[in-house]
Amino acid sequence: MPGSETRVKPAKLSRQQYLDLYYYMCLNREVEETMTRLFRQNKIVGGLYSSLGQEAISVGTAYALEKRDWLAPMIRNIGALLVKGVPPRDIFTQHMAKYTSPTKGKDGTSHFGDLENLHIVSPISMLGDLIPVMTGVAMAGRYLGQKIVSMTWIGDGGSSTGVFHEGLNLAATQKAAFVLILENNQWAYSTPVRRQIPLENLADRAKAYGISSYIVDGNDVVAVYSTAKEAVERARAGEGPILIEAKTFRRRGHAQHDPAEYVPKKQREYWEKRDPIALYERFLMKEKLLDAKGKKEIEDKLNTLLEKEREFAENSPMPPPELAAQGVYCTGDNCHKICPKWERPVDELLPPKSSVEPVWIVENFGRGSASYGVSAPIHFGDVPATTENSRATPAEPPAKAAKPHVGKKAASPRLAKKGGR
Amino acid sequence: MAPVTFLEAIRQAMFEEMAADPSVVLIGEDVGVYGGAFKTSEGLLEKFGWERVIDTPISESAIIGAACGMSYLGLRPIAEMQFIDFIVCCFNQLTNFVAKGHYLWNAPAPIVVRGPAGAGVHGGPFHSLSPEMYFLHTPGFKIVYPSTPYDAKGLLKASIRDNNPVLFFEHKFLYRRIKEELPNTDYVVPLGKAIVRREGKHLTVLSYAAMMHVCLEAADALANEGIETEVIDLRTLMPLDEETILASVKKTNKCLVVHEDTMTGGIAGEIAAILFEKAFHDLDGPLVRVTALDTPVPYAPTLEEAFLPNAQKVFAAAKSLARF
Repeated sequence: MPGSETRVKPAKLSRQQYLDLYYYMCLNREVEETMTRLFRQNKIVGGLYSSLGQEAISVGTAYALEKRDWLAPMIRNIGALLVKGVPPRDIFTQHMAKYTSPTKGKDGTSHFGDLENLHIVSPISMLGDLIPVMTGVAMAGRYLGQKIVSMTWIGDGGSSTGVFHEGLNLAATQKAAFVLILENNQWAYSTPVRRQIPLENLADRAKAYGISSYIVDGNDVVAVYSTAKEAVERARAGEGPILIEAKTFRRRGHAQHDPAEYVPKKQREYWEKRDPIALYERFLMKEKLLDAKGKKEIEDKLNTLLEKEREFAENSPMPPPELAAQGVYCTGDNCHKICPKWERPVDELLPPKSSVEPVWIVENFGRGSASYGVSAPIHFGDVPATTENSRATPAEPPAKAAKPHVGKKAASPRLAKKGGR
Repeated sequence: MAPVTFLEAIRQAMFEEMAADPSVVLIGEDVGVYGGAFKTSEGLLEKFGWERVIDTPISESAIIGAACGMSYLGLRPIAEMQFIDFIVCCFNQLTNFVAKGHYLWNAPAPIVVRGPAGAGVHGGPFHSLSPEMYFLHTPGFKIVYPSTPYDAKGLLKASIRDNNPVLFFEHKFLYRRIKEELPNTDYVVPLGKAIVRREGKHLTVLSYAAMMHVCLEAADALANEGIETEVIDLRTLMPLDEETILASVKKTNKCLVVHEDTMTGGIAGEIAAILFEKAFHDLDGPLVRVTALDTPVPYAPTLEEAFLPNAQKVFAAAKSLARF
């Protein structure tokens, strides 16, 4: 049975793109370092979640998206937000519950979005819920003719939720242009991945949905980007959802309060030596894309930017108490005008053009469409059942090679168009 | 125009809204080829095609999640629960994601979640739910529960056009049991407006959905005893039309609330609180509740009958309240 595709040829990037990846990873880390200091000064209102050591995943995957595409971050994807165009001040003000934050202080952390310009959907704390939501985003994008891709992230822990399954299965049946990044950082709070899921590779979950998957070194930003880029392009081309497992390690605790003493020392040491920024810096230096001077310039640029952004956040007011009672309901067009952006002729979706013959056509019936093809021990009546023996040595060779579970041509139910086939 | 059933009124509302606005789509289990478990979407697939009438796997959370995601790009999805009982399978998706979006991050989710609710057809404990109070307690939803074909059509159209998530409950007992002539024109019934179904001066009876008809039956019997009942159909539980409720109670000075939902935590308690706060000095008697028992909905007809309010129970309670 074919497994996940693990090797993607490293994408050829322009010098600027290589440096962009470096810049955003450094920005990601420095934004979080700044917040750690703010946390210690008691200026962060709630919890603070670190993506230390996972920056290559947030940055490399989000960098594969186009401006029109949609993403929804999880708690350790500040880097994805920065790549998508969120200014650091929004991250700071969110954590500090300031009135100037995207949610005006109504929610914290990475829990904010922007439907209009940046195409970001806000996460919630319940894991997995974004998977069907971003499936719906992809479905609506296709419906409107927009050719967009949607992307979200999930952890090893979140991949055990029911809605992960419901969402990914719906995405698969809909062939939604959706890319799911499974960040396997090996720890769901204090529980190691091996105690959560009896699988070596979480990418194998994709097989259950008949979708393609990849496994990538989550600490190698070029590998992450190259994989994500290929996945995004395949999804955009109509191949359906794609799962990418990025293997990495959570270097801090679940949140700031958690010293993570349950993590074995050897494991931590191993991964600390594989710091994604240090690894990438070595690569850039070797390839002569970065030198000490260039590095210093980036550091200075970040320092200046973050100083300004932090000051803005610190000087911002808390929300006025009366805001608490406002905004539960949309009050109508004066509040939000709902206007879909059509990029296809609307008359295709209205009668008479939209009319179809309302009957199912069962694809592949009569051709041995089960997992083992015609050699499967039993069929739904489409070909005669074979015996256990003939399964091992088929009496007749299959007319056609069995389709792989995972791969570009995964079988999908097809819907009848008017006139049938 | 021939009179149409409640069920047909629902179908007409969806049909007309989908014909008028390509951003309206229907998503749910067996809504397409089969036309819905109760045939509320019969003919929609044929007319509007596979992209607009979407059959899904049995995944209520995914249905709501996908509808929500679609609404973020400006669509107005109608998500069907095959039976409303299954709405609790997507409770998290609804209460944490859909309901909170506008308040937290200014994201409207113009979706309608609709489906057959209520008891009285021997559906048993998992096909008879009155789900309204699970959601009334969550800020962010509008909640509609109509009692007539006219209202069902007009309220569903208003719900589809609303920019908020609307939970639209259809009482399955009414689906094929009542008929009404509907106007030929495009009309809506605004959300948040109750209606006085019968005027009276001795006491106010508040109800909604299938129980509305029970209350009207009881009101006829009460009239024979010289008790003139003012019967009000709430129609929308969120927003609740306090103005109409208060105006009536200030006139009759007595209030009986009838609902098919269980008693504890039912909307009668909420209405009692509103009356105590805003009409305490107008009340000449206790607020009386006639509701279902505080049990799951039982299956056997004898048990279900004992569980549910009926015209006799309403009559008895109203008569005793009128004596105050």
